[in-house]
Amino acid sequence: MRGRRWRVVVLVLAAVYFLVPLLSAAEFSLRTPGGGYGVGNYLAIVTDEVLFTSLLTSLQIAVFTAVLVLVLVVPTAVWVRLRFPSVAGLLESATILPIVVPPVVMAAGIAFVQANLGGPVFRALFASSATALTPFYVVLALPFAYRAVDNGLAAIPLRTLVEAARNLGSSLASALLRVVLPAIRSAVLGAAFLTLALVLGEIVIARILLYTDTFPIAVVEVGRSAAGVSVALSLASLVFTWVLLLLVSFAGGRRSRKASS
Amino acid sequence: MSELLEAPAAPPDRVRPTRSWGAALGLLPFVGYLVVFLGGPLFFVISGALSTPEGQPTLDNLVASVTSPQYQAAFVSSLVLSAVTALVGAVFGAFLAQAVLTGRRDGPLQRIVSTASGVLAYFGGVPLAFAFIAALGQTGLATAFLRGVGVDLYGLGFRIDSLTGLGLTYVYFQVPLMVILITPALEGLLPQWREAAENLGASAWAYWRHVALPVLAPAFGGATLVLFGNAFAAYATALALTSGSIPLLPTAIASALSGNVLANQQNVGLALGFDMVVVIAVVMVGYLVLQRRAARWSAR
Repeated sequence: MRGRRWRVVVLVLAAVYFLVPLLSAAEFSLRTPGGGYGVGNYLAIVTDEVLFTSLLTSLQIAVFTAVLVLVLVVPTAVWVRLRFPSVAGLLESATILPIVVPPVVMAAGIAFVQANLGGPVFRALFASSATALTPFYVVLALPFAYRAVDNGLAAIPLRTLVEAARNLGSSLASALLRVVLPAIRSAVLGAAFLTLALVLGEIVIARILLYTDTFPIAVVEVGRSAAGVSVALSLASLVFTWVLLLLVSFAGGRRSRKASS
Repeated sequence: MSELLEAPAAPPDRVRPTRSWGAALGLLPFVGYLVVFLGGPLFFVISGALSTPEGQPTLDNLVASVTSPQYQAAFVSSLVLSAVTALVGAVFGAFLAQAVLTGRRDGPLQRIVSTASGVLAYFGGVPLAFAFIAALGQTGLATAFLRGVGVDLYGLGFRIDSLTGLGLTYVYFQVPLMVILITPALEGLLPQWREAAENLGASAWAYWRHVALPVLAPAFGGATLVLFGNAFAAYATALALTSGSIPLLPTAIASALSGNVLANQQNVGLALGFDMVVVIAVVMVGYLVLQRRAARWSAR
């Protein structure tokens, strides 16, 4: 087949460009002070109490964020596909917004509120890193969550499923929860894991608002004294999320193939 | 939320291309959330940019944000960095997406690239900075390898915490984002178009030149604009890679906000944020225009 050669060139270039930094980071993270190799840097996550606590904080934020994101995105995406297809394009454009709105600008606006507005609502909002960061991480997570869920919905006979459930007497809410949600579970899981990735990587808003007890901030901080630990833990969180997504992708694919054969 | 879930649905067997208020109500939670938690901060950035620390309306902050040489330098390097990495990322990302698409559908390569794209495009930031330092820092692995084969990067003036090094790192998340954005458009190229072109005697090149590229152009342009905005907005990578040694707009905003430059700089920081929002707004308008053109050929 003609035109194969450019494909090989592109794939090899991509492999070199994308793998070399990751492999370098892996090699660096495995170095030990003595000059050999070992997994000491990775063990810091359990031996260093600050890092461990920060991981728990960030996981908590990730769970809150993922749940809020899904509660906002799944019903909206279903609604748009069933009842309001004319705004699909508009909504897709709106989900581009959080990609391009600078987190630093968002942080600047939030910091202004934090510094200048009082009252019980704001005091409750800014009480801890979980309450203060979660609402804004939801905004950052919306674009890809919407995209992932909408792709999932495109792949199932949504209208037929909802009609069938409705004809059998289910309410719209339970049709959504018990029919649609299981049908798009791999898309939902994908969205949730990308949200986890986001929370494990966000440092700009947390830093400017001075919530320094989150995992990514702790990882950067520890780098000042132990670069190897920083590299090890950031690499581990990247690879961990990627493996989760890959598992979801393969599990989802296998199931759908079985169903269709 | 509850109205949405419990609203008595009309017979769902009719497509109702409706613009009625009832249907619009279903969008309220989503749109309302964006208005409060995205629009809210933006509102305070804009109002703060247009007022003195005491709350009097003024344009001084905006004037200062575009006339001070220090901020102008930040503007220029942010714009250059974003434009160059957007173009490089868009071209390479489009080729990569097409190379992956022509492989086996839902094969391991497609799964690996699509999941990795998600993680790298949205995760960005901190791990990438560390990975690039490990590869191309003074004592990095790739640096050592290149020195071994006779290319002394640092002798040639390369530094990982320079604008070039930062650009090289940015491309690492620009390419995956391009793959995500352009893949639907590439999938939208119908095989019939290629067959029709071939039946009319077109070469592969003629097909791309006269059919595929004109159809793809708006989607490609739109995606490139999003990449530009993405790089323009990005800060985590720069923060972790350089700890503020390169003058970029986000760096300038962060240091103005932290107030360790000068007192009363907070509102100038907000004015810089306002400037960024203006640039982003222009980018978004361009994106929307191109998106409308791209939709002309899409199946939807």
